[in-house]
Amino acid sequence: MTTTYRPRPLLSRVADAVYWMGRYIERAENVARFIDVNQNLMLDLPHGFGEQWQPIVDTTGDRAAFLERYGEATQANVVQFLAFETHNPNSIYSCVLAARENARSVRETISSEMWEQVNSLYLLVALESRKTLAEGLPQFCREVRMSCHLFQGLQHSTMSHNEAWHFIRLGSSLERADKTTRILDVKYFILLPSVSDVGTPYDDIQWAAVLKSVSGFEMYRKCFGRISPERVVEFMLLDGEFPRALRYCIGLADNSLHAITGTRLGAFSCGAEQRLGLLRSELDYAQVDPILQSGLHEFFDALQQKMNTIDECVRGDFFAQRPLTLSADGLAG
Amino acid sequence: MRFSSYNTQGFYDEMFAENGKPRPHAGLLLETVESLSDGHLLRHKQAAERLLLQMGITFNVYGDAAGTERIFPFDLIPRIIPAGEWDHIERGLKQRVHALNCFIDDIYHDRKILKNGVIPSEVVLSAAFYRKQCHGLNPPRKVWCHVTGTDLVRGGDGRYYVLEDNLRVPSGVSYVLENREVLKRIFPAVFEGLSVRPVSEYPSRLLETLESIAPHAMASPRVVLLTPGIYNSAYFEHSFLAQQMGIQLVEGRDLAVDGGDVFMRTTKGLERVDVIYRRIDDDFLDPEAFRPDSLLGVPGLMAAYQQGRVALANAPGNGVADDKVIYSYVPDMIRYYEGADPILPNVPTYLCWRDDDRAYVLEHLAELVVKAANESGGYGMLVGPHSTAVQREEFACKIRAQPRNYIAQPTLALSRVPTIVDDHFEGRHVDLRPYVLCGKEIYVAPGGLTRVAMKKGSLVVNSSQGGGSKDTWVLSQGPAVGGQRQ
Repeated sequence: MTTTYRPRPLLSRVADAVYWMGRYIERAENVARFIDVNQNLMLDLPHGFGEQWQPIVDTTGDRAAFLERYGEATQANVVQFLAFETHNPNSIYSCVLAARENARSVRETISSEMWEQVNSLYLLVALESRKTLAEGLPQFCREVRMSCHLFQGLQHSTMSHNEAWHFIRLGSSLERADKTTRILDVKYFILLPSVSDVGTPYDDIQWAAVLKSVSGFEMYRKCFGRISPERVVEFMLLDGEFPRALRYCIGLADNSLHAITGTRLGAFSCGAEQRLGLLRSELDYAQVDPILQSGLHEFFDALQQKMNTIDECVRGDFFAQRPLTLSADGLAG
Repeated sequence: MRFSSYNTQGFYDEMFAENGKPRPHAGLLLETVESLSDGHLLRHKQAAERLLLQMGITFNVYGDAAGTERIFPFDLIPRIIPAGEWDHIERGLKQRVHALNCFIDDIYHDRKILKNGVIPSEVVLSAAFYRKQCHGLNPPRKVWCHVTGTDLVRGGDGRYYVLEDNLRVPSGVSYVLENREVLKRIFPAVFEGLSVRPVSEYPSRLLETLESIAPHAMASPRVVLLTPGIYNSAYFEHSFLAQQMGIQLVEGRDLAVDGGDVFMRTTKGLERVDVIYRRIDDDFLDPEAFRPDSLLGVPGLMAAYQQGRVALANAPGNGVADDKVIYSYVPDMIRYYEGADPILPNVPTYLCWRDDDRAYVLEHLAELVVKAANESGGYGMLVGPHSTAVQREEFACKIRAQPRNYIAQPTLALSRVPTIVDDHFEGRHVDLRPYVLCGKEIYVAPGGLTRVAMKKGSLVVNSSQGGGSKDTWVLSQGPAVGGQRQ
């Protein structure tokens, strides 16, 4: 008797859990980087610039919740809110906890190495959350970032690149795209009005900080050399090689989605594929100048809508419980 | 750390004979431990505990603050069982599990054993885990207890006794496998010198057992493990076993019954399921057949099972033999079904529904261990010598109110094993839970889980009551020649 190979089916619940695990790990890493870069920036700016911590809260989209709980955007308040606040669902602590709970529910799907890594990260964050930071902040942010990178590295090298793996990458790519556009959205409109600073060292420092927020400073330099707002926007949105650029992330997400469904690239078999494919081709053929002319804000608003729709479609197409009549293998067996 | 000040205090010790000399099978290990530099063993212990925490090998404590996870306390000094002793245990367990299987099948069919008056009918039919829904069912291969975790103890006389059968959803086997991994790293030389039988084949044996009960002959039946979810105290074990066997870990909401068959919900639609290793209790399996308020189960699952569309392990209804009153009749079952005397004896048991027994128990509460017939995990239990007058009065009332639900046993002087306590060794009481698989044939995993009452003097080994565990080494031959290195 020959045993025919059957690809192991993926439970909808498991697909849902690994997708969110991917998103939460990526989110924790981004928040840690935002805090770190901003802290670094504050040290370089003269006193006259004031504390610029509110924009970081805005990037994670939690302004209202922050104001209600903390009021003033001091460094201590913002760091506490973004790093450890258990009531903030997007704090590093909450993200890591959520990533770990998701990982725990799919421990037999991911590799042991991945589980141990997310568990170690949780133990680290839980330990640090009981301390007062200040001095240790840069070190903490660095450890969280490296820990998340290690997780993604282990994901790449210890887990089969199967359907579940592609759901993780789908989640982390969409999350990464979202974070890159949010930081650009917030920072662009703060920095642009200060026309008097254009060409001053502080302008350069601020734009460099934006690039560093996506670990893109060095790579940008290699492409464009001098820093200009237009080129920064172009690099962060449309670059085809930089792994945190919007276009690159959307391409990666689209590749994973096609690997999941088995549909060839450039075609679609479900709502999520159609929406993601539309966005991908839009970005593939976009140019930065028309985007800036018709308004970056409008671009971001439309983009946010598209991203939300894609997320909803992924949920509806893969995670939701479907009626029983959609039996895949009928009564075969 | 040295054993020079170690005192067996008159208990049967697994490592030391009555004269204070090491038992032959323990010599090499004891020497190795003594040869370690001071602090070495404690460093290993801390490293092992850190590793267990990092690996997330934890259990949730019920009734504790949400999300409280603890590692299961683990002692580095193993318990060693010589080959001859193990052979005796293995034969005894095979005989017992075979007889229990016959009994459960008989109860849900012709009830010959009741008709012949070997066991009183009212005792069986009043058992809390007797399930009338299972009457007339024919599980594949007529196997009702696929995975059994029998609890054994060794008394002051040096003999092994069966304390409980644990037929429903016994847990703990993952600790057997993990404890071994830790000890192999700490005592590699002792493993080489003693030829300890490996435990690592358990997951493959379990998968074989599960595949062997598939409802239809098929090349690769789909086996899944059904868990109550991540908040269950044994969740680590569920995910660990699923991972080791390479099968899907499912929750009730992942399964659905359609057209009489069981399916799981996947990203590509419904996929058929053939065998379910369920780690949830009968009552929660199917709200249509058992508890209607169960959110964990799968509506229609029992109907699919009754029609032979899916196999369940362990079989629903097998808990009838887990009742502690019925336990006391197992030796009679063995004589009835096997035509032989039991190889492993029961602990003598007083049944409170018998007038004479009840009178004796009520008079001797301070000496006996009283247990509720259907509780487990160390709950609903009175350890007479460690009890207060108020507790005894409370139990006396319970026994008078519901005599059927209580049994009593003499307080056993459980055997002890040296255990690390702070910076020295002290004896701690242990039991032994071997795991028995029953499919095409009966397999007993060598060793099992040695549970330790970590509290000084305590006889309660359950993890929910502060118990810990030790690795259990079964030797494949007599102790290595000499066994005494200089």
